[in-house]
Amino acid sequence: MLTVTSVSRSFGDHQVLDGVSFEVRPGRMTGFLGANGSGKTTTMRIVLGVLAAHGGTVSWQGSPVTGAVRQRFGYMPEERGLYPKMGVAEQISWLGQLHGLDRDVARRNTDRLLDQLELGHRAKDKLEELSLGNQQRAQVAAALVHDPVMLILDEPFSGLDPIAVETVLGVLRERAANGVPVLFSSHQLSVVERLCDDVVIISGGRIAADGARDELRTRYGTTRFELVVASDAGWVRDVPGVRVVDVDGPRVVFEPDGDPDVDQVVLAAALRRGPVRGFTPVVPTLDEIFKEVI
Amino acid sequence: MTGVTEQDGGSRGFVAATRLVAEREMKVFLRSKGFWIGLAVIVVGLFAISILPTVFGGGETKVAAVGSEAAEALADTGLEVREVADVAAAEALIRADEVKAAVVPDTTGESATGIRVLALDDPPNSVVAALRTAPPVDLLDPAEVGQDQRQLAIMVFAMVFLIVGMSGTAIAQSTVTEKQTRIVEILVSTVPVRALLAGKIAGHSLLTIGQVLVIAVAGPIALRLGGHQELLALVAPALGWFVPFLVFGFVLLASMWAVAGSLVSRQEDLGSSMGLVMMLVMGPYFGVMFFSDNATVLTVLSFLPFSSAIAMPVRLFAGDAAVWEPLLALGLLAGTVVLTVLLASRIYSGSLLHTGGKLALSKAWAREE
Repeated sequence: MLTVTSVSRSFGDHQVLDGVSFEVRPGRMTGFLGANGSGKTTTMRIVLGVLAAHGGTVSWQGSPVTGAVRQRFGYMPEERGLYPKMGVAEQISWLGQLHGLDRDVARRNTDRLLDQLELGHRAKDKLEELSLGNQQRAQVAAALVHDPVMLILDEPFSGLDPIAVETVLGVLRERAANGVPVLFSSHQLSVVERLCDDVVIISGGRIAADGARDELRTRYGTTRFELVVASDAGWVRDVPGVRVVDVDGPRVVFEPDGDPDVDQVVLAAALRRGPVRGFTPVVPTLDEIFKEVI
Repeated sequence: MTGVTEQDGGSRGFVAATRLVAEREMKVFLRSKGFWIGLAVIVVGLFAISILPTVFGGGETKVAAVGSEAAEALADTGLEVREVADVAAAEALIRADEVKAAVVPDTTGESATGIRVLALDDPPNSVVAALRTAPPVDLLDPAEVGQDQRQLAIMVFAMVFLIVGMSGTAIAQSTVTEKQTRIVEILVSTVPVRALLAGKIAGHSLLTIGQVLVIAVAGPIALRLGGHQELLALVAPALGWFVPFLVFGFVLLASMWAVAGSLVSRQEDLGSSMGLVMMLVMGPYFGVMFFSDNATVLTVLSFLPFSSAIAMPVRLFAGDAAVWEPLLALGLLAGTVVLTVLLASRIYSGSLLHTGGKLALSKAWAREE
């Protein structure tokens, strides 16, 4: 588990991070959300030791992160980059060695990963000869080649077409399933919503909210329900203990006004009146939570 | 399944990282055309310098002749002959550099053909070779090394230094490529910055040592082909000194080239940060070329780091330097290398992640990130 505790950092007079604390748990995909300039990349760079923190600590399994530990982290920086004139497989395998792998293991891992990322047929080409999407896949391979104990990916899906997103996602999920903590940043909330188990929301250099995605939804969501019946749903207004938020023909959105179990009363009443086409709690999207907390 | 070597932190990881970085630098460079073209230019140049004067030099040589036997011997040689009245007049012409040599009657009975050859300080090979039978040669001011040979040595040492020094631009380019493509962020998050710098310097230094060895082998072959056997015997010890001077000189420049590369973010801006290093390569070259006749300046240059790499071997070649002098100069150079690498390492660390325009040295020094 990676633990970030009270990390702060400023550039000149500008305080970029202010007491940032969160955890990335093993086997979970943690989405790191924030607007541009909110401090996502700075936080990641500090975790990777690329930048120094002015305060606070970053620890791995309870001990401060050292260079030797970091060498086993996998990192995909926001600004992508590999050697343009070097072969794809050659440089990924070299990076694997730089991360501490033996030459043979590095080669084996490279071949396996490139196949998995559907890039095996371009292994011998120079990086600059690849399309941008394929360069991106190579970048993912570079972050994974040494079987990292921790994965940190800055905007890993930007610039990927939908098929590539699925391919990369599959590879990342596999790592997470093997118990690797995965931290990835994104400003595309819909992507994070679909992928992550945990969410950390940063705003203006402070953590605005963090926790399991579903827990956050409950915490920040209202207890609204949506009911769809066969005919007009206007009658719900007259159920005691109910406040109707919106009615549109057969569809109504309401919330309990007092009695928390009134939803069951409404459902029973609806069933007595005729067929019920739909009945669901209204879960807030991350987008809504995001807007609420920042 | 991880197969990750357990790093007990510290030095082992540093050495392994340095070795990997050096390996990559060498591999990439050995594959580039520029490397082989550069080396070919040096070798071809060496052969050209030592062979061409022998081939083309003959026709223009002026010779003074004293007496009929001399004039006869010089007939049909293609040399430009000036007949003078006596030996004293011939010597005057030689000293005035009007003629390269003089052919005079032999009075000692030593010569089979009855003539001798007079020259200033340098056996006039082209003249001797033109005569049907090689006569004895007398030198007016016998020096250990002739003026021509000294000039040749200076030119060769300076050229090689210039070319080797400039090949350090590859380090600056490699550094700026890593910055421009941003792979530097992955590298820095994986291995210590100092290992990156050390690997680059080590890799390119090894390449340079390889090139210097090629030159050290090609040089004597070129001299032999050019008919400079006697020069070869003189060059050999100087060449022995030139190699360590050149290698240390390169490491000194290498760390500075790396800094030059780290201060900018794009290849296009490299020119603006390389000026100082360029001067440190060109300065010694021109300094030694211009002041080759000024013993005092040359002595100073032979101790100053940078220029000592050329000036000290030249002085050794000319036999002007005592044994302790190259040792002291080499010590000074080595000390400067250590100091510069330490300074460069800090500046390199401070500027490597900087993006945007050119970073001032002082800011790079202050950035501890």
